[in-house]
Amino acid sequence: MRRWLGLAGLVALALVSAVVLGPAHVALGDLTSSEIVRSLRVPRALLALLVGGSLGVAGASLQALVRNPLADPFLLGLSGGAGLGAVLAIALHVAGPWALPLAAFVGALGAMALVYRLGLVGGAQLDPRVLLLAGVAVGAFTGAITTAIVSLAEAADLRNAFLWLWGGLSGASWDTVLVIAVYIPVPLVVLYAAARPLDLLALGEEPATHLGADVEPLKRRVYIAASMLTAAAVAVSGVIGFVGLIVPHITRLVWGHHHRALLPAAFLGGGALLLFADTVARVSVAPRELPVGIVTALVGVPLFAVLLRRWMGPRG
Amino acid sequence: MSTVAPLLSVQRVTYRYPGAPGDALRDVSLEIRAGEFHAVLGPNGSGKTTLVRVALGLAAPATGTAEIAGRAAVAWSRRDLARIVGVVAQREDNLFPQQVRETVLLGRYPHLSLWGAERPVDREAVTRALERCDALGLADRWIWTLSGGEYQRVRLARALAQEPSMLVLDEPTASLDVRHEMDLFELARGLVDAGGLAVLMITHHVNLAARFADRVLLLADGQTAAQGTPRTVLTRETVERVFAWPVAIEPFDGHPQMIPLRQRRQPREPA
Repeated sequence: MRRWLGLAGLVALALVSAVVLGPAHVALGDLTSSEIVRSLRVPRALLALLVGGSLGVAGASLQALVRNPLADPFLLGLSGGAGLGAVLAIALHVAGPWALPLAAFVGALGAMALVYRLGLVGGAQLDPRVLLLAGVAVGAFTGAITTAIVSLAEAADLRNAFLWLWGGLSGASWDTVLVIAVYIPVPLVVLYAAARPLDLLALGEEPATHLGADVEPLKRRVYIAASMLTAAAVAVSGVIGFVGLIVPHITRLVWGHHHRALLPAAFLGGGALLLFADTVARVSVAPRELPVGIVTALVGVPLFAVLLRRWMGPRG
Repeated sequence: MSTVAPLLSVQRVTYRYPGAPGDALRDVSLEIRAGEFHAVLGPNGSGKTTLVRVALGLAAPATGTAEIAGRAAVAWSRRDLARIVGVVAQREDNLFPQQVRETVLLGRYPHLSLWGAERPVDREAVTRALERCDALGLADRWIWTLSGGEYQRVRLARALAQEPSMLVLDEPTASLDVRHEMDLFELARGLVDAGGLAVLMITHHVNLAARFADRVLLLADGQTAAQGTPRTVLTRETVERVFAWPVAIEPFDGHPQMIPLRQRRQPREPA
């Protein structure tokens, strides 16, 4: 119970600092009446919470699915597909406020379908190892096409596309918050319902079957739901790496590996991490702004190195 | 034979792996009832594990039928089946560190509702299962600190936590020393005698199967070489033919025991 209170406190602190801190000074007394706070900071903070939470849950479930604790949701090729979709939309000058997120979303779903199809290459059973390899391959392929398009594009477009690929929440509005808030509960519930069978899957597919899990439908459901979460995250905020990798690890250290506790903890932890990272991205180089993906990578890679040592340490 | 309906019934089953040139199983039958200890013996690659996969509905036979409790094995949901049959597979992974009680609690999965938490009855079932396997003292240990024999007892306890009517054990004593091997056979026999469970064990231990099992199925090349009580199955002719090695069969305690012979003549002591 204390650890849940601690986590809730962390989320509250992250939310408050995201709303209070910013390049424009807003007096504490004016917080509720300020237009900047109401139409910029609050929706952006809520979006960071939802996106970070989605990435945390997607990462935790994918790590259980591919049975590799070092898997990141973006390792499955979704980021490449989303990047390609977004850059295509920019290059083709598709207009409209939702053009970019929609194009990225469609690109991510396309990559997901391709990776899924490749994962079935060995027959009727989804092979998680092949899934991982297919994700890397599809990511490299879409990345190559994306780079080709960017290299042919005009300079101004190029900067936009490049920054978009590094992720950012500057496009946040109440509309995006609403769309995400309506969208993510379905995949979240699907994954939470899979929490116990995911515990069994850690023993291997056949032992999980013997204990009563329907392994094939389970793998498909988890892969699709986690990908849907990642695709939505990438559509509204670009590629924000390492949240989905680091957060499940840290929460596993505190909550253990039972997914019924781990998944909610990963949601709150991912939300808190992205809130803090986005606050840093907004404040550190004000009045300009860093892509938040750079902040999560700068924090995430050293943390990852520490976790890797922890992971490999006792065995080698 | 008996009037009790068999828990597991495999009738004249043939199975071929996709793309394989020959049948992995041909015309094999097997019936197990409550209170029976049934051993499946045979050389490597003779179809023992395939038979278990077909019997448990993990592979659909080309011809013949595989039923559990009177219903086609492939027709069961895995969840319902897990309440009838507990399986200790040859191998499993440990992706994340776990304590013994936690891993045995996984055996309660087929009894839990989708959203509900573990209930007191589940924790009691775990304790009972650990007790029956003489593993209650291990409850708070981490899995990775267990010896091979302790780990097998814990896995057996997890299968018992499912509260099944039947246990399927696939080479549970592989790489265990004599004491832990005997421990496990005694434990399995005790569950049959005291608990009325049915046990199907795949093993390479011809001699222990002869002493502990009620019935033996000897497979060779996917076909039944012999089937029945250990005394009728384990004759010198049959064992030599199936394992392609000369043996002597000697009785011990009323059970046939196999002694593999040396093929090369032993060098004589220098005169």
